[in-house]
Amino acid sequence: MNDEKVEPPAEPRRSFLTSMSAIVLGAVASIVPVAAGVTALLDPLRKKEIGSAQVFVTRLSAVPEDGSPKKFTVEMDRVDAWATHKSTPVGAVYLRRTETGAVAALNVVCPHAGCFVGLAEDKSRFGCPCHNSSFDLDGEVNDPSSPSPRDMDSLEVDVRNGDEIWVAFQNFLPGRHDKTPV
Amino acid sequence: MENLLNWLDDRTGYRSLVKNALYERIPGGARWRYVWGSTLMFAMFVQFVTGLVLWAAYSANAQGAWESVHYIQNVMLGGWMLRGIHHYMAQVTIVLLVLHLMQVLIDGAYRAPREVNFWFGLGLLGLVLGLSLTGYLLPWDQKGYWATKVATSIASMTPVVGPAMQQLLVGGAEYGHHTLTRFFALHAGALPAGVVLLIVGHVYLFRRHGITVPKKAAEKPDGWFWPEQVLRDSVASLIVMATVLALVLWNGGADLGAPADPTQPYSAARPEWYFMFLFQWLKYFPAGWEVVGAQIIPGIAVGMIAAMPIIGKWRLGHRFNLGVAASLLAGIMLLTWTAYAADRADPAFVQARDEAASIAHRVSELAASPDGIPAAGGLAMLRGDPAIQGPLIFEANCSSCHQYNGHDGLGGTPDDEPSASDLGGYGSREWLTGLLDPDRINTPEYFGNTEHTRGRMVRFVQRGIAGFDDDQRAALRNVVLAVSAEAQLPSQAAADEADQDAIREGRIAISSEAIDCTRCHTYADVAEGDVAPVLTGWASREWIVGMLRNPSHPLYYADNNDRMPAFGDEGILSEAEIGLVADWLRGDWYVPDGN
Repeated sequence: MNDEKVEPPAEPRRSFLTSMSAIVLGAVASIVPVAAGVTALLDPLRKKEIGSAQVFVTRLSAVPEDGSPKKFTVEMDRVDAWATHKSTPVGAVYLRRTETGAVAALNVVCPHAGCFVGLAEDKSRFGCPCHNSSFDLDGEVNDPSSPSPRDMDSLEVDVRNGDEIWVAFQNFLPGRHDKTPV
Repeated sequence: MENLLNWLDDRTGYRSLVKNALYERIPGGARWRYVWGSTLMFAMFVQFVTGLVLWAAYSANAQGAWESVHYIQNVMLGGWMLRGIHHYMAQVTIVLLVLHLMQVLIDGAYRAPREVNFWFGLGLLGLVLGLSLTGYLLPWDQKGYWATKVATSIASMTPVVGPAMQQLLVGGAEYGHHTLTRFFALHAGALPAGVVLLIVGHVYLFRRHGITVPKKAAEKPDGWFWPEQVLRDSVASLIVMATVLALVLWNGGADLGAPADPTQPYSAARPEWYFMFLFQWLKYFPAGWEVVGAQIIPGIAVGMIAAMPIIGKWRLGHRFNLGVAASLLAGIMLLTWTAYAADRADPAFVQARDEAASIAHRVSELAASPDGIPAAGGLAMLRGDPAIQGPLIFEANCSSCHQYNGHDGLGGTPDDEPSASDLGGYGSREWLTGLLDPDRINTPEYFGNTEHTRGRMVRFVQRGIAGFDDDQRAALRNVVLAVSAEAQLPSQAAADEADQDAIREGRIAISSEAIDCTRCHTYADVAEGDVAPVLTGWASREWIVGMLRNPSHPLYYADNNDRMPAFGDEGILSEAEIGLVADWLRGDWYVPDGN
């Protein structure tokens, strides 16, 4: 490669205009694919939160009368990119009858890092299998060393027609003190 | 030939390029300790080759990822070996990178003028970790899904930009098709491109600065890269390859779990072993300090490593750097060990891991069944399998009253004594024989803890049957065969076929005066009494489904239903769930030949 001896140009002409034009025109040309790419990459930010859609989960009779929580799968319509799924499982909730006879709903997703919170064998508390967050049955953090920054995410429950349990299903960002919808 | 090569050299100058590449002078001669960089190049080569072929068979979407990986793993010629090599070479690469880094630090090869090359190397380490993280999700199995969820959750904790970052990474609010397309674009496109660029820069700078020669080697005669050093590099690469092959064979290829399911807990969610220290580390940070644990402290550690070339210039700087590196390594090893020790000692984790393995095994059986994986995907297949779903539905909905062979369906021991019959083997001759046994019907196994304990059936068994003569006993045996045959259990098909004659006699005996079931039960067209469950089609799929829909239906217990809810009519269980639990109780699911 280096064998060929080419006469170098006498003295490079330091024309400001030429240099600037070279840079600017080259940059303008290159910016087009980059801008087109970045724009499309940012598309997910455009999707606004779906809000909390009320969804039918089960009937009152399915919730244990002794006040212990029970896991229910939440099925709703979901649009996943190009595919629309009709009434597909999207998550799960723990339903529990409270002392006042109402029904409380907790999202199963751990507010710490997003794992699936489990119910202890004796149904006395919730525990996360990942980083050992621990919660009371009402979802409150019950251990000072628990890494979860907030209580389990409670969801609004609406009992319709006497026994239909409708839950405002939503996921929230993990790892923060406030409940911010995903 | 010679002429052709001369012409090619004239046009391209390839000879000097090859000469420059191969005839690198090595001060002090070729040495084994110089092989680490070359083994890493070899590892990258293996990952590019295997990755490209995996790419040719992989589909990055939520209903195709697990399915295509399953196909690679179980159907494609040598697919398990290909995927196994890619999987274990990724892990070996991490080990080699750490060894290479430690050697560079110990030899002081990171100091001037090699600072930039050290940073290139750190960049490569980061890219390789990124490749591991993105690659872990691609099979879209439970393990990859839940472990990666933790990783993107940590990304979302970044102050200010966190939520936007997570959304960009995940491709939307929730995991789905675009999570896979994006992770795959990173794994097979952006990150490898970065790796190639950095390797080119790394090798260029390495050639520019030359090898860092240990003092004692300096007096020895010089050697050449080709062929002395290349031979050593080749031997080392072969050893690396052999190690990976041994890992693949020893482990039977890379693991593939059950398809990802956002609605099924996965308590065995753990990252790959080289991230376990971070996983363990996170446990120590109480609420509000996650960012410190997950990002700030690791960031400081990486920053300290990156600053080593500068700190190394100071007096004692090199020793300080070595101290930092040794403490980091020791800390990482300690955390990793603690994490595994904690899991080993946790029965819940061990159980979850075993359950996950058994579900993964079952899914493999289903995929290999004649029905195969449906177009709707592996998850739909798993959700339609009585063998997996039956126990889950039973445990959640039935086990507060019923047991199944003495457990709760999933093998756990219920706290309370059962308050209804044990449904293990329901419909079988054995089950029915037990029910009709005067010594057993009134125990918790059958009606002991139900209202029927004072009912007519118990009275009939304990007084009537207890006093049967030999003829009646013989007739009763036939009745048991006949009623049990109504269930048409798959496990009893051969026995039912063999006992056709006895069953025919039993059918007659059901409404005979000697036994007289039909005084209370309806059977076939005999309907004198209809105060007890119908015996026509008893314990058949249709019968159980009807019973689960509404046990108080006139065909079943009517007014005599104890406490059993109408699972179908009250909307507690869907039709599909009722069908699944009925099939499971009847032992009616796909079983591969030879089992």
